[in-house]
Amino acid sequence: MAIMTRIGLIRLVVIAALIGALELACRTGLIDHRIIIAPSEMASALWTLLASGSLDADIARTLGLIGLVTALSIVLGFAAGIAIHALPRLREALDPFFATYYAVPVFIFYPVLIAIFGLSLMPIVLIGVATAIVAMIIATLNGLDRVPRVLDKVARVHRLGRIATALQLQLPAAAPYLFTGIKLAVSYGFIAVIAAEFILSPAGLGRDIADAYADFNNRRMYALILFLLIVATLINAVLHGLDMRFAARRSGGRA
Amino acid sequence: MNAAPVPREVHAELKGVTRIYPAVPGAGAKLPVHALGPIDLDLVRGEFFAVVGPSGCGKSTFLEVLAGLQKPTAGSVSFEGKPVGGHVPEGIGVVFQEDASFPWLTVWHNVAFGLRRNGVAAAEVRRRVEDAIAFMGLKDFAGAYPSQLSGGMRQRVCIARTLVLQPRLILLDEPFGALDAQTRLLMGDEVLRLWRRTGATVLLITHALDEAAMLADRIGAMSARPGRFIEIIATGWPRDRDSTIVGEAAFGEITGRLWERLRSESLKALGHSGVSAMAAE
Ligand SMILES: Nc1ncnc2c1ncn2[C@@H]1O[C@H](COP(=O)(O)OP(=O)(O)OP(=O)(O)O)[C@@H](O)[C@H]1O
Ligand SMILES: [Mg+2]
Repeated sequence: MAIMTRIGLIRLVVIAALIGALELACRTGLIDHRIIIAPSEMASALWTLLASGSLDADIARTLGLIGLVTALSIVLGFAAGIAIHALPRLREALDPFFATYYAVPVFIFYPVLIAIFGLSLMPIVLIGVATAIVAMIIATLNGLDRVPRVLDKVARVHRLGRIATALQLQLPAAAPYLFTGIKLAVSYGFIAVIAAEFILSPAGLGRDIADAYADFNNRRMYALILFLLIVATLINAVLHGLDMRFAARRSGGRA
Repeated sequence: MNAAPVPREVHAELKGVTRIYPAVPGAGAKLPVHALGPIDLDLVRGEFFAVVGPSGCGKSTFLEVLAGLQKPTAGSVSFEGKPVGGHVPEGIGVVFQEDASFPWLTVWHNVAFGLRRNGVAAAEVRRRVEDAIAFMGLKDFAGAYPSQLSGGMRQRVCIARTLVLQPRLILLDEPFGALDAQTRLLMGDEVLRLWRRTGATVLLITHALDEAAMLADRIGAMSARPGRFIEIIATGWPRDRDSTIVGEAAFGEITGRLWERLRSESLKALGHSGVSAMAAE
């Protein structure tokens, strides 16, 4: 534990030093304020922006979309993973597709989706799910693969039915892998929604950033970027914390 | 040597049991594997029966067929007079060769697993779980997760998990296979205590001749694959035996006899398993 906190401390010091260096560089004019504004200015700009309440609708829209995309990807990806796992032939057919999925920029289909569905929420949801769901499917397959065979026998000795076996033995046995899928789905969902809004969208934080950029409104742009960074960091910190707690249990707190 | 004077009541019965794993078509095509039999065996209620045999001879297959986890390809299995096939009857408990503890549950909840499902009252669950945990010497580890335990202790968790369900036939598949020889003998004492206390019929699979000779009323020596009983030896030990009988002359005789029977089978399994398997089919 002592080592963990020590590494954590070093990490904090490094981040603080980088922010401090940026602050210094901006304040001394080493970096032109038309390119990057000082971190303290970003923070105060963000504070003003949040306090004004003008951002509330966009925050709700974007975070809601991310939540929706992530939830859909997790639930559908898990269900698809279970189905594909149960059908070895289908799985064999799909395997190369999964293996190369993230080598292809799925995002290039976003304009196609806009052409089909118009400038609504639908293209963003679809591109988000398309980006995130495969990570969840792969994680589910991976997890189910690693459920020890002997657990099936234990289930039968306890005369468990199919659903009880799935929920009481397979799900908890596969849980660490599923959690990896959940973390990836959240990250991919986040990235896809923001990027889609940034490229083309009637509203949302991504669109706000694009607008601020086009208007040369650095204060607003950096405030928004800072906001997204903070949100992403918080979400990941929570997920990481949960992950560590589960892992600590399974490895007897020795991890 | 005479078997202990127990009233002979057949508890489980195998008649002409054979198990052939079917061929697997497709990419890594595999030929059918004749793993077991034909086997005829009566297990007497309350006896301690050990099965020894070279590795890969079909011991686990035998256990799974007896438990109802696999259907025999030919022949029939019955438990307490009722046919077994395709599902595990109530009253049979199995401890597997692999570690089957649940890493996501504490020792306490591992042991309680089967009881909680069966709708046993909470107070009764607590009583039985605590009893089984104490009996297996896991009292100080009730709140621990399996990852915090040694391999031998994890197997004890699995034994306790079986024990709480009060099975009348307990099948143990090399539960201490991964332990060193000394610890294994001590674990043998625990299995004997378990057997005496529960009054259950116990079938123990092992590859250790000394373990079989020390623990069992009867020992079935299995041939190389396909596994058949080439001899069944009655040990004649008293019911309240323990690992100290290892020092007795009769113990040496029994292990010697077993080794005599199994030497050539083990050689077959070791050197020419492929060839002998093909010849057998
Ligand atoms: N599911 C299966 N499909 C095909 N062949 C199998 C299967 N399970 C076991 N076998 C084969 O059947 C034979 C007997 O296996 P089994 O596990 O019953 O032997 P064992 O005596 O328990 O071995 P060990 O001493 O290693 O535990 C082996 O040759 C094994 O490869
Ligand atoms: Mg085996």
